[in-house]
Amino acid sequence: MKVARSLLGKALVVVEHNNAKVSPATLAAVTAASKLGEVTALVAGKGSKSVVDEISKIQGIAKVLAVDSAEYEHGLPENFAPLVKKVQDENKFTHIVAAHTTFGKGVLPRAAALLDTQSVSDVIGVKDENTFLRSTYAGNALASVKSSQALNILSVRPTSFDKAAQGGSASVAQVAATGESGLTKWLADEVDTSGKPDLTSARVVVSGGRGLKAPENFKLLYSLADKIGNCAVGATRAVVDAGFVSNDLQVGQTGKIVAPELYIAVGLSGAIQHLAGMKDSKVIACINTDPEAPIFSVSDYGLEGDLFDAVPKLIAGL
Amino acid sequence: INAEYMGTPSECLFFFEMTLKALVSIKRVIDYTVKVRVRPDKLGVIKDNVKHSCNPFDEIAVEQAVRMKEKKLVGEIVAVSIGGPKSVEVLRGSALALGVDRAIHVKLPSDNDDVESLAVAKILHKIAEKEKPDVILTGKQAIDDDSCAVPQMLAGLLGWSQATFISELEVAGKTAKICRETDAGMQRLEVSLPSVISCDLRLNEPRYAKLPEIMKAKKKPLQEITADSLGVSTQPKIQILEVADPPTRAAGRKVKTVEELITKLKTEAKVI
Repeated sequence: MKVARSLLGKALVVVEHNNAKVSPATLAAVTAASKLGEVTALVAGKGSKSVVDEISKIQGIAKVLAVDSAEYEHGLPENFAPLVKKVQDENKFTHIVAAHTTFGKGVLPRAAALLDTQSVSDVIGVKDENTFLRSTYAGNALASVKSSQALNILSVRPTSFDKAAQGGSASVAQVAATGESGLTKWLADEVDTSGKPDLTSARVVVSGGRGLKAPENFKLLYSLADKIGNCAVGATRAVVDAGFVSNDLQVGQTGKIVAPELYIAVGLSGAIQHLAGMKDSKVIACINTDPEAPIFSVSDYGLEGDLFDAVPKLIAGL
Repeated sequence: INAEYMGTPSECLFFFEMTLKALVSIKRVIDYTVKVRVRPDKLGVIKDNVKHSCNPFDEIAVEQAVRMKEKKLVGEIVAVSIGGPKSVEVLRGSALALGVDRAIHVKLPSDNDDVESLAVAKILHKIAEKEKPDVILTGKQAIDDDSCAVPQMLAGLLGWSQATFISELEVAGKTAKICRETDAGMQRLEVSLPSVISCDLRLNEPRYAKLPEIMKAKKKPLQEITADSLGVSTQPKIQILEVADPPTRAAGRKVKTVEELITKLKTEAKVI
């Protein structure tokens, strides 16, 4: 006789959003949370009704807890953490989950401290309600950990879990706001509004390193990305430090972790810290004049050549 | 808070310079250039005879505190490190030798001992209660554990503002204006002091220690205490079952021309 193993856990997903749409990373967090038990989503924002509507229609969400108040407009951890603590005290979830993003990293550990819980960061696998796989040492040592805590707080790597699909129908309940902490004031968000494909969810990523030599040469990679379609442009720490491109393009251990269908590494050597950010890509190709560059060792296809010759040929030939 | 009298007696000018006290937390980690290897018993990584150094993001935190002291924004810098006996090396070499005034070593029995983020935050909380800093500076994450949690947890325990992943810091009286690196770009905040600040790559470029400062560092105060003496337990709440190598990729091959690359990507890998 086959018995379905029922999950006894109750997971709370702290939804990341921009008051208009749910972030794709949160949909990955929902999938991870679904492996732990019944999922409730917490949406706190200002003017964020469309987010509540959207998440309530995501498969796997049983309930939505919503609060709309000025202090939640910009995702400030000083305001979010007390809210998470209050919701936890009132509902006694077994797990609190969010994506391991700027938002998740800011809020979850602070909430964990308020709840006297050791959180688990950058989770790349869920074995059961108490056993998780996480990445350490720039992805060179994967630790399987077991928690004996009644509450577990997890930030999950978005590229390690499929995004939850639409098709759900959750009930929505309002929760009370916890107020403005008065500790921090939001001044501005300086973000790229060009509408280019998002680095962490694009199907293909083309990244450039020091081999590009000058900022204007990144035009080559943007042209290649345009030709390929649904392709984002990334960069190494070196060229971000040099001011060639902005910081949100940085792929690496402490930058963005990406796992696209195809990663094309152009003029970058493949330092340990960069590999940490892209070695889970399905297919990796590289173009580099140095045959000894470490990037070749993780590439499925390596072209030893000059990118200034190869990239235009690639654009023309695709 | 330090006060300084400035001015000549005849002018009777009292100029109270209010400087801040900075507490900087640093960690001794395996050097970022080392290719880390999992131990044969699969319970951790090989640390014996492996090069260790100060966590690079913590070096940036030390540098920031020293620059603030040079600008007379900060009066005293205290560094703290939680670790085994060899952590003294990073306290002397990467903190005291760079301009930090004194150091506290929260000594663990062995250099192989790890302490979870919450316990680290609790230890720092206790030290902060005693030292009463105006700013606590540390790196945004330790490159060994990659948890990226301590600064946020500490801010939660203290009930202070948190300024994480900062690339710009401008202190002005009771607040600080910061710019931080986010997934989408940059964010600007104004945080109230006292604050817990975690430093990102582009905040500054750390200096190298110079010989005269290295010599002076040997005489600077370095106090050794234990977590027990602070009333904090380092018992882990999470057990490490196994540490494994990441999945290895199948060996790739070199292609000779762009045409060959395109063909392979289209017909073999089927990603274009």
